[in-house]
Amino acid sequence: MAILEVKNLTKSFGATEVLKGITFELEEGKVLSVIGSSGSGKTTLLRCINGLETATSGKITVNSQTVFDSDITDKKEIKALGKNRQNIGLVFQQFNLFPQYTALGNVTLAMKLAAKRRPDYKQKKKELLEEIDRTAKYFLGKVGLSDKLDFYPCQLSGGQQQRVSIARALALNPKILFFDEPTSALDPELTGEILKTIRQLAEDRMTMVIVTHEMNFAKDVSDEVIFMDNGVIAEMGSPEDVLVNPKNERTRAFLNTYQK
Amino acid sequence: MSQFIEQFPTVFQALNIGFLQTVKLFLVTLVGALPLGLIISFGSMSKFKPLSSLVKTIVWIFRGSPLMIQMLIIYYMPGLVFHNPIWGGGEDGRFTAAAVAFILNYACYFSEIYRGGIEGVPVGQQEAGQVLGMTKSEIFFKVTLLQMVKRIVPPMSNEIITLVKDTSLARIIALQEIIWAGQAFLKGSYGISGQIWPLFFTAVYYLVFCGVLTILFGKLEKKLDYFKI
Repeated sequence: MAILEVKNLTKSFGATEVLKGITFELEEGKVLSVIGSSGSGKTTLLRCINGLETATSGKITVNSQTVFDSDITDKKEIKALGKNRQNIGLVFQQFNLFPQYTALGNVTLAMKLAAKRRPDYKQKKKELLEEIDRTAKYFLGKVGLSDKLDFYPCQLSGGQQQRVSIARALALNPKILFFDEPTSALDPELTGEILKTIRQLAEDRMTMVIVTHEMNFAKDVSDEVIFMDNGVIAEMGSPEDVLVNPKNERTRAFLNTYQK
Repeated sequence: MSQFIEQFPTVFQALNIGFLQTVKLFLVTLVGALPLGLIISFGSMSKFKPLSSLVKTIVWIFRGSPLMIQMLIIYYMPGLVFHNPIWGGGEDGRFTAAAVAFILNYACYFSEIYRGGIEGVPVGQQEAGQVLGMTKSEIFFKVTLLQMVKRIVPPMSNEIITLVKDTSLARIIALQEIIWAGQAFLKGSYGISGQIWPLFFTAVYYLVFCGVLTILFGKLEKKLDYFKI
């Protein structure tokens, strides 16, 4: 069963139509890479799914729960739908770590605030906080940063910062993890550690959607690839189909620019 | 010289009383204007146009006209124009009127500093908080606020040091702050008259006060050095 369903999604900024009707599904445990040139709408698609932009029309379902539906206009209902987004996580191109918190603090912050909203927080405070601490340390360990718990972002390399941000997203136990060009802000020699981390997550059967320019990595790690062009899905299929034997002329032209 | 030594204790005591009033006005202004400025900055950043336009107009008026005139209007207008002297005639009434003028004026200046500090925090910080499921107020208090504070320490220290010296403007409605106390020795006060040095001596108080503030702001800046923005 599909864990992510996007139906006829459109998004316009003023008169500019950035997404022109995007429809696709993703099965649980699969990895989807979204490729395409700058301005093709990849990042906007990701931001619409994650609620950072409000789509103009269409429907998005995550884990059988609607997170966006342009037919729903009641403000309270829209707000309720937003809550269903807690099932998805997003890793940013620019990491967006909170500079005033340590690596551990970055991972625990959202969990601590969520715990505070629980009605039984006062009675269970100690257990909850211990649990949060354990969870955060587990995920920081998973991305290989057990020895950097008390380091501030400014004391970490770009690759380490991005791994903290991956741990921060994972700690909230998302059903789907989205990556918006996770290696684009990194020096070439640092991209490897991020790709390795994502590969490990794929082996753990984490459902992921990755917007990327790393074609070889996409070929390697993905179960499915979407090639976007000018606001539409120009081609969709297995990595073999899209990246090795593309049928669409625009896909071919795009891939050629990478081979040069 | 012997006359100076003789007069000094009397002058010192009178100036201390005046300085106390100066410090009081300074503190009351900070306590009122720091939070009010934040509220005004939210108003000026509001997406609701009528509100942001109104707030921006108010800020323009308070920053665009002299604080001295604002103080005169606030102090005299209720009694002279509306025949309702809400401040009363005593020192306490003058202090309240001065404090109201200072708080409104400084809140407008602070609001612009806050706005710069808040808008300077990258939008990605807010987005990260949002996708992590944090509420708007949680994002402001737990993520944005401290980064804003770090950004605004230098301009704030500038403004607050200006405030120390601006308190002397309250002399215009005869608030008995330190300039008033020093000037009194020209005309005659505590049996001393025709002396200019007490007025000049008030500058020492301002210098020491601003020196202490400069050190405190330096410490605050250092304290926030543990992270970079």
